[in-house]
Amino acid sequence: MEALDQIFVSLKQGILNAAAGFLPAWTGPLLSVAISIGAIALLGPVTMMYLTLLERKVVGRMQNRIGPNRVGKWGVLQPLADGVKMLTKEDIVPARADRLLHLLAPLLIVMPALLVFAVIPFGKHMTAVDLSVGVLYFLAISSTTTIAIFTAAWASRNKYSLLGGMRAAAQMISYEIPMVLSAVPILLASQSLSTHAIVEAQGGFHGLQWFIFTPWGFVAFIIFFLCGVAECNRSPFDLPEAESEIIAGFHTEYSGMKFALFYMAEFMNSFTLSGLATTLFLGGWQGPFLPSWVWFFGKTYALIFIMLWFRGTLPRFRVDQMMNLAWKLLLPLSLVNVIVTGFWFFVNPPLAIGGSIAILWLSGWILVRLNQSYLPEKRTYQFAD
Amino acid sequence: MMYFGEGVVKGMMVTLKAFVASYFKGPEDGGLFTVEYPEQRLPEKENFRNFPFLIYDNTPDNLRCVACDICAKECPPKCIYIVREFDKDNKPLKRPAVFNIDHTVCMNCGICEEACPFDAIYMDHNFEIASAERNENLLFRKDKLLKSNEYFHKIRPTDATAIDERRAAAEAKKKAAEAAAAQKAAAAQAAPKPAAPGTTTPPAAEPPKTV
Amino acid sequence: MNKTFEAKDVNLAGINSSLLEVNIGPQHPSTHGVFRMNAVLDGEVIVSLKPVMGYLHRNHEQIAENMSYAASMPYTDRLDYFNSMSNNLGYALSVEKLAGLEVPERAEYIRVIMAELTRLINHIAVIGFLLNDLGAFFTPVLYAFREREKILDIFEEISGSRMMCNYLRFGGVKRDLSPAILERIRGVVTAFPRFLDEFETLLTKNEILCMRCQNVGVLSPELAINASITGPLLRASGVNYDIRKVDGYSVYPRFQFKVPLGPKGDVYDRYYVRILEMRESLKILDQALNTIPAGEIMSKKMIPFLKSPRNFKPPVGEAYARVESPKGELGFYVVSDGTPQPWRYHVRAPSFINLTILEDMCLGQKVADAIIILGSVDIVLGEVDR
Repeated sequence: MEALDQIFVSLKQGILNAAAGFLPAWTGPLLSVAISIGAIALLGPVTMMYLTLLERKVVGRMQNRIGPNRVGKWGVLQPLADGVKMLTKEDIVPARADRLLHLLAPLLIVMPALLVFAVIPFGKHMTAVDLSVGVLYFLAISSTTTIAIFTAAWASRNKYSLLGGMRAAAQMISYEIPMVLSAVPILLASQSLSTHAIVEAQGGFHGLQWFIFTPWGFVAFIIFFLCGVAECNRSPFDLPEAESEIIAGFHTEYSGMKFALFYMAEFMNSFTLSGLATTLFLGGWQGPFLPSWVWFFGKTYALIFIMLWFRGTLPRFRVDQMMNLAWKLLLPLSLVNVIVTGFWFFVNPPLAIGGSIAILWLSGWILVRLNQSYLPEKRTYQFAD
Repeated sequence: MMYFGEGVVKGMMVTLKAFVASYFKGPEDGGLFTVEYPEQRLPEKENFRNFPFLIYDNTPDNLRCVACDICAKECPPKCIYIVREFDKDNKPLKRPAVFNIDHTVCMNCGICEEACPFDAIYMDHNFEIASAERNENLLFRKDKLLKSNEYFHKIRPTDATAIDERRAAAEAKKKAAEAAAAQKAAAAQAAPKPAAPGTTTPPAAEPPKTV
Repeated sequence: MNKTFEAKDVNLAGINSSLLEVNIGPQHPSTHGVFRMNAVLDGEVIVSLKPVMGYLHRNHEQIAENMSYAASMPYTDRLDYFNSMSNNLGYALSVEKLAGLEVPERAEYIRVIMAELTRLINHIAVIGFLLNDLGAFFTPVLYAFREREKILDIFEEISGSRMMCNYLRFGGVKRDLSPAILERIRGVVTAFPRFLDEFETLLTKNEILCMRCQNVGVLSPELAINASITGPLLRASGVNYDIRKVDGYSVYPRFQFKVPLGPKGDVYDRYYVRILEMRESLKILDQALNTIPAGEIMSKKMIPFLKSPRNFKPPVGEAYARVESPKGELGFYVVSDGTPQPWRYHVRAPSFINLTILEDMCLGQKVADAIIILGSVDIVLGEVDR
């Protein structure tokens, strides 16, 4: 079991040992880095491609139909067909658009999506770079996506694209804050910003002492996950990407491979955000019996399944309702959550558990009551003869 | 409502149930509803009404159509074109020389089938007539429209048997009427010549009154 | 601002005003057909909205003046192409009124069954498309279409075609219903409430739906009555007007059913009134299936004209008959001059009349709401343009 668990690590070590036989010594670290980069560069796009297929099949099954199954058995070659289609499309740039920015925007959005793969712990000893400030790195780099979206909207030289892009930027900025604040309790609990340390801190009880099983962890998980879904521009927060009123949002003027890059960035973002949520709240690669990377990928794909489930079921929010949700509901709740975490660690167990649950429930109830206009009204329908 | 978001969670349970059911259950219980055409097909319904076709009884020369032009007159979008056949002496025959139906115009209403007095034109089930160009392949001429009565029985058994019975009854009635008329004529002929030897008809004492 | 702009052609430097004229163009993001709205926006808010229709005009009324009465029946299928049986019923009623024909009882019951089945298929499809406009990515549409398929299969068995049924004739119906078909209809009717419950669990209390649909596109009852709005749109605003109760055509007075009314008149009420109407239709269907008498299906006077429709000459006069189609009041006005072709034939299409109030409902709302208000009005372009 140990061998299976560390199979990728031993694979990498084997390659390094084999190469050290006939290469000079100074190439050792370079080769190690190169192998990690190669693995991520392989994992990222392939994951994204098969996530598109998974989305179509899962949403199809929810709608009582089979997803794509003509190209290859179970549709396995469908992403390759899609890739070929995207590559052979004509690349249209609007006449008055800013050509440099138009080209730069898709690159700017894909780079952060790939960069954050470096700090995600895929298994035991399987983090690409074990930074001591891993979580900060992740949250900082993934915030730069906003600039890329705004660049794309500006470069299109299209007033409605700009409007859609500004709205997308507003959405991403307003959902950053509750996301970061809901990660703070985890940092308090594990006393470190490194992803490796956070996963190690969830190791008790045969690897089942995950942070989600605490009251503050549970609320923080819900807030973090909702904000993550909004960051990835997925349903029900997909106003920027879907028919934003009458236009297609910030990526209207993109076609072919550039559009494919936007698409790729969205899916890779959803994968990495699920990965981070797994790391912070669900115990990363901790778990009994199975190899660590199996646990990690299982939990991440479970969260991705929930994202796809949202997509298949829920209608879309309107812009002002979305902003209301972020600022008036999630932000105060995440602040209260930070205080409750402190309360939990400061006070002794029985009072701690009951008190935390009580405070969180009460604050949630108060906030929902304050935003009364959201609640469905009770209506009575008369029947006439 | 117990908590904010309860409606959403309940809705998601419905979708999850559909997701799980699609692996195990069939179309009736909320499972997978897809029929993968063209490998699988739904069963054909008998009354399905698609483009028309002409019937012949035993051989294609024996077609029932007499080129009366009623279906062409009744057709709402006027997609039928009939030209009667003439023989060598320019006398009109009771057959069509040209019978064209333009499938790009026909709207499958079935009025031609209802209007035909000779049971000659009926609605077919054939819908797989897609072609790459319009004028050659989608103008069906007489040879493409003629199909046998056995084919009609195969696609629409109850209608075909009912029609056959009706035609057989009408035939029988016509034959009986003819036989009775012939009998009457023969009796009227035989009446002035009583006791002619060798005749097989029984001599009538008085002229028959009713037939 | 007389020029209409396509969304992508706008040049930033050339616009001098703060009001923006935008074309919610003939190719729609949602699936209502070729229909255009010229909207003038002030920022986000709609200042004026003009519907532009006519992209699907097919000369239906003019065509009917050149052919016999029975030959127009297949064309009425294509008016409101979702509900072909209701259109057939309206036309048949108007010609029967003109010619003074009596319809046998069994045929009347069959007509009521078909009309209520049509109401079911229309309402679930409309709710599905409303949710599609809201962004729910086809899931409610496909659930609704699953049930619609079962009813369309029944239509195919009875009349020969799923959507363009051409089933009713003047004086009766074309083909009788066998007991097997009645059993299948009964099966559908018993399974439908369970599907409706599941559909409601998915939708009715969904917070996102409520947030998007409540208090959006409110239509006051006085405005609705003044603008001759009919159908679920009117009943959602609280006005009690259902032609099945008011006129009592066909055998509707024999059935017990109620008319649901909405309290407020917004998009959510229109959605929920349609669900309640579906439940009432199920009651009517149940009663009709239980009490359908045996008998003939075609009036004696019309039987000779079945084989030769070109000889059917109704007496000189005019007649107007209306039915409660699932979208509103569908009326047919026929004027005869004694010849086999009608002198004048006009269709009062509910979708066309209901669209006149679109602007008043959309003023002051955001553009994103205009699309769902249009979805709740429930138009079908075949009817609007004829």
